[in-house]
Amino acid sequence: MKLWIAYWNILLKDMRTYYLKPPNLSWGIFFPLAWTLMFFVKSETAVDVRSLLPGVMALSILFGTTSMLAVTVTFEKKGRSFDRLLLAPIPLELLMLAKTSGAVFFGTLNAFVPVVMAAFVIDLSGVVWWQLLPAVLLIAVSSTFLGLFVAVSVSEVFEAQTFSNFFRFPMVFLCGLFFPVQMLPALMRPLSYAIPLTYGADVLHEAVNRTGHLPVFVSFAALAGFCGVLFLVSLRNIRKRWIG
Amino acid sequence: MTNNAPAIEAQSLTKRFDNVVAVDAVDFGVRPGEVFGFLGPNGAGKTTTINMLTGLARPTGGAIRYFGHDVTRNVKKVQHLMGVVPDESNLYPELDGFDNLCFCASLYGMRRREREDQARALLAQFGLADVAGRRFAAFSKGMKRKLAIAAGIIHRPAILFLDEPTTGIDVASARQIRQMLADLKSSGTTIFLTTHYIEEAERLCDRLAFIVDGKVVRLDTLANLVRDIQDQHVVQLTLSGGTAADLSGPLHETFPDGRFERVCDSVLRMRTDHPVHLAPLVRFLEDRGVGVTEARMIRPSLEDVFVEITGIELERMRKEKEKGGRGS
Repeated sequence: MKLWIAYWNILLKDMRTYYLKPPNLSWGIFFPLAWTLMFFVKSETAVDVRSLLPGVMALSILFGTTSMLAVTVTFEKKGRSFDRLLLAPIPLELLMLAKTSGAVFFGTLNAFVPVVMAAFVIDLSGVVWWQLLPAVLLIAVSSTFLGLFVAVSVSEVFEAQTFSNFFRFPMVFLCGLFFPVQMLPALMRPLSYAIPLTYGADVLHEAVNRTGHLPVFVSFAALAGFCGVLFLVSLRNIRKRWIG
Repeated sequence: MTNNAPAIEAQSLTKRFDNVVAVDAVDFGVRPGEVFGFLGPNGAGKTTTINMLTGLARPTGGAIRYFGHDVTRNVKKVQHLMGVVPDESNLYPELDGFDNLCFCASLYGMRRREREDQARALLAQFGLADVAGRRFAAFSKGMKRKLAIAAGIIHRPAILFLDEPTTGIDVASARQIRQMLADLKSSGTTIFLTTHYIEEAERLCDRLAFIVDGKVVRLDTLANLVRDIQDQHVVQLTLSGGTAADLSGPLHETFPDGRFERVCDSVLRMRTDHPVHLAPLVRFLEDRGVGVTEARMIRPSLEDVFVEITGIELERMRKEKEKGGRGS
């Protein structure tokens, strides 16, 4: 059995059916634009695009991946087309990697929309790309797996959105993107270090502005750990709930 | 694979959902190349059994074997051998007919040229070539069913599971599907079929299992099942001016050798082990204001076997199913 054919075609179908549809592409463009404008409106002085860039990139990935994956998987499960995938002779691990690859790609693409926009107004020559690129990829993977975790925990599409927000909004405020973790109340700081976006945001700050607080490799290791744990927990939940 | 081993074997197969036993220690074997019918009313455990056999549900107890190999804990290992057509479509509404088939073929590792050729051939075979480019969501119910079957066989499986393949579709499509199943049988495909259409089972199946409340209550060849009641005499009365609904007690008292069943409000059946004398029966009904417009002897059929074994009225079962009740 040529598993790569199944993997590639699941990814291709999802890209064509969900991710590369015009409404989703426009989301990818308008979402970072809206966040930047929000800061522009709020700011009394000139907006420092460079300091905003890591935050907008991280949010674009977080919202793009979790929304899309949680909704598409829930939609397919409800419409029973997900059963067709479970009936195929593909290991569950590979099947879920195929289902999540589209969201990872979409999230990564979303991250670079603000970078392209920023390139028109600031000089990006100081950006450490070898840190930024793997950070974007790892944030995309961990956020996608968070979306998968949400998708497996709900049964309705609207629940997927609501449950996603339950994780997303606290993450936005606790991860150090807009308020440094050091400025958070001491009681909340441990919570910050329990979410993957904190480590992703720290690497992005370091890569773009040299303002990271954690050693880059510690952040990469933490992100990889979160990816592994979220994926394994999701697989366990799929086996328990969907092949129960 | 073990020679002479059943293509599918369920041994004490059990599924519990909390305190509910959906499938209760069922045993059966499906021989290679046969059409095996699984008959039962809504909620009997047919779909749950298929789900366990195909890997969509984990058994609580018992064993599943394919061609002699125990795969109870890992049905995945044999999923390449099977095609599954569920009772409700599981194709992609946003893809067209052709792309749906090609996608399903790709899940089995088929290469592009092969899956496209096979998809075209199946679309032509099922009379869907003209709508190949139409979105699946826009297909009629009959067309959806045919495409779902085409998707189930596109990788040429050795075993095909069909859950209620002709429920709720037009007569012409149902006939076409039955013909296609007969062709698949001729080509050596093992078919596991659940249906509540007794005539369909009678026409297609080599052996049948009746499942009621999660238990297999009878399993045999069609000939053996019917043989048991071949000596019975069945008379069917068409009534007018009233129903026999309130007469069940007096009928049994007056004709103690007869077993009565109401096929519907205006049709009554009497079954005995001796030849039926019609006159006293007709007189009995007419004396109670129920006219008899037609009386005819009928050959005992599989339907009679089913009713006798399960005690379930077929008319009720059909109505329940057609109301849209899903299998269990």
